[in-house]
Amino acid sequence: MSKELMKGNEAIGEAAIRAGCKLFFGYPITPSTEIVEYLAKYLPKAGGTVLQGEDEVASINMCYGAATTGTRVMTASSSPGFSLKQEGLSFLAAAELPVVIVNVNRVGPGLGGLGPSQADYFQCTKGGGHGGYRQIVLAPSKGQELYDFTLEAFDLADRYRTPVVIMADGFLGQMMEPVELKKPAQAELPAKDWTVGGCRGRAKRKIASYALTNEVGEANNLHWQAKWARMQDTLQRWESFHAEDAEYLIVGFGTCGRIAKSTVLAARRQGLKVGLIRPITLWPFPVKAFADLGGVKGILTVELNFGQMVEDVKLAVECRTPVFSHNRVGGMMPSEGEILRKLGQVFGLAVEV
Amino acid sequence: MQKVFGRPQGLTDLPFHYCPGCTHGIVHRLVGEVLEELDIIGDTIGVAPVGCAGFSLDFFACDFVGAAHGRAQAVATGIKRALPDKIVFTYQGDGDIAAIGTAHAIHVAARGEKITTIMVNNAVFGMTGGQMAPTTIGGQVTTTSPYGRDCALVGAPIDLPKTVATLNGAVYVAACAVDTPKNILQAKKCIKKAFQVQQRGLGYALVSVLSTCPTNWGLSPVDCLKWLQENMMPVYEMGELKMTEEVKAL
Repeated sequence: MSKELMKGNEAIGEAAIRAGCKLFFGYPITPSTEIVEYLAKYLPKAGGTVLQGEDEVASINMCYGAATTGTRVMTASSSPGFSLKQEGLSFLAAAELPVVIVNVNRVGPGLGGLGPSQADYFQCTKGGGHGGYRQIVLAPSKGQELYDFTLEAFDLADRYRTPVVIMADGFLGQMMEPVELKKPAQAELPAKDWTVGGCRGRAKRKIASYALTNEVGEANNLHWQAKWARMQDTLQRWESFHAEDAEYLIVGFGTCGRIAKSTVLAARRQGLKVGLIRPITLWPFPVKAFADLGGVKGILTVELNFGQMVEDVKLAVECRTPVFSHNRVGGMMPSEGEILRKLGQVFGLAVEV
Repeated sequence: MQKVFGRPQGLTDLPFHYCPGCTHGIVHRLVGEVLEELDIIGDTIGVAPVGCAGFSLDFFACDFVGAAHGRAQAVATGIKRALPDKIVFTYQGDGDIAAIGTAHAIHVAARGEKITTIMVNNAVFGMTGGQMAPTTIGGQVTTTSPYGRDCALVGAPIDLPKTVATLNGAVYVAACAVDTPKNILQAKKCIKKAFQVQQRGLGYALVSVLSTCPTNWGLSPVDCLKWLQENMMPVYEMGELKMTEEVKAL
């Protein structure tokens, strides 16, 4: 199949159309704006509608409304805008509504800057809104994965009746890469027998998350938790790269996972047994990837933040091996060389850079 | 024995949870009657707010969705865009629509979103125990304006329907009250028209209904009606505030 040269954000838009997304509600913000622009141009031609909301709060709540009808729907934003969507995400998780949300991370905190960042890791994976909830978070690391994971996100959202977040960064969103425009998998999904749309010929339905009886509130939470536990068990995904015989593991996702790959190859050329675990699902975090640490003597996480995923790595590792973190922030990227140097420094290895 | 009066089919048989003397029940009944008379119970999706009407989704016989505080109109927009042939309405209090939901209240009208909004205005945040709302009258005592609303300090009450009426996409805007049998009948006519506007796809329709809150106003139900007439009606412009030619022809 032929490939097309596309911006990462455009690949997300194209995948959404091919996944059968019929509604997009969004608000422009750098570096995710090309998603709403691409869809504004092409979604109407595919029989869909793009509506620019008055703000991010409106956009996510429009998604909430559309999702109650069972229609495939998406929104996209970048960090400050994603913050505004948190109320809606909490409601989506509680009402168990399938919506795909793209967060092309930019530098923070505050208005921050336009450079790439992974500083929304906590916000995406720990439930950035109120009340304690979980949502699937996928971390693509290249144009092809932006496309593939967006396709898949719609199926995951429908299968588990949950919001699914695509966590990318400004680097991935803006970069042009060849992308193979695969057809969506013909997944067998549960029937949408819970949607609203008029009760003619059937009993009235309601979709809400409100309960003023504490016993009901607890039962609701136990129901949600059981679903999240099931997802945690079945959805963990990661890529292993030269990890089988590794003495030192790098853990990095998205753009960092990509840079770490060339670092692994450079280390191997120097005879150092370095491998990579690249989490693909950030929630559920791939704890299983760290179940058997074999001869691993130490782990170095690489992140575009001051160390957020490292906390999940430490929880997964449970003190069986030392875990260090290498961080770049403010839009800066780690180089292959500096990661190598850091490996040498924290683990006392002789590395040539 | 012959049954001469009952609930409209637009309502379920669940007893209302509203306080004694609260006029939410009357407004619910009017909407329920309109749903039945227009034969749209099976084609309608309602959106409930946060506030006293947060449980209204149990009382109406049609499909219903519960929204976050102030977001009902954004949620309704999503539903209507997904199902343009269905009837979608929001039922919101003044605290919900005219404070935290103002941005949506303005833009849903600006877009001419083909939905219907029923706004119930009792001049306080009722559910949380009678705090000052954007609709609280000058001098009115609430738990957060214990010395009376000082308009010099916090501004005068907002007349949301009047504001919405200035927007092109709003084709029908009416301000009613449910204080007398005559006004109740008039309110029903307006509510019915607001749904007919949507059936014809003419644009956005808003009906505001002045309502009472005996519990938080600290007055008997009968005194509440008098208070509404003497204090709210002079502040809020009443009647059919806006009607396009197409709506007039209905």
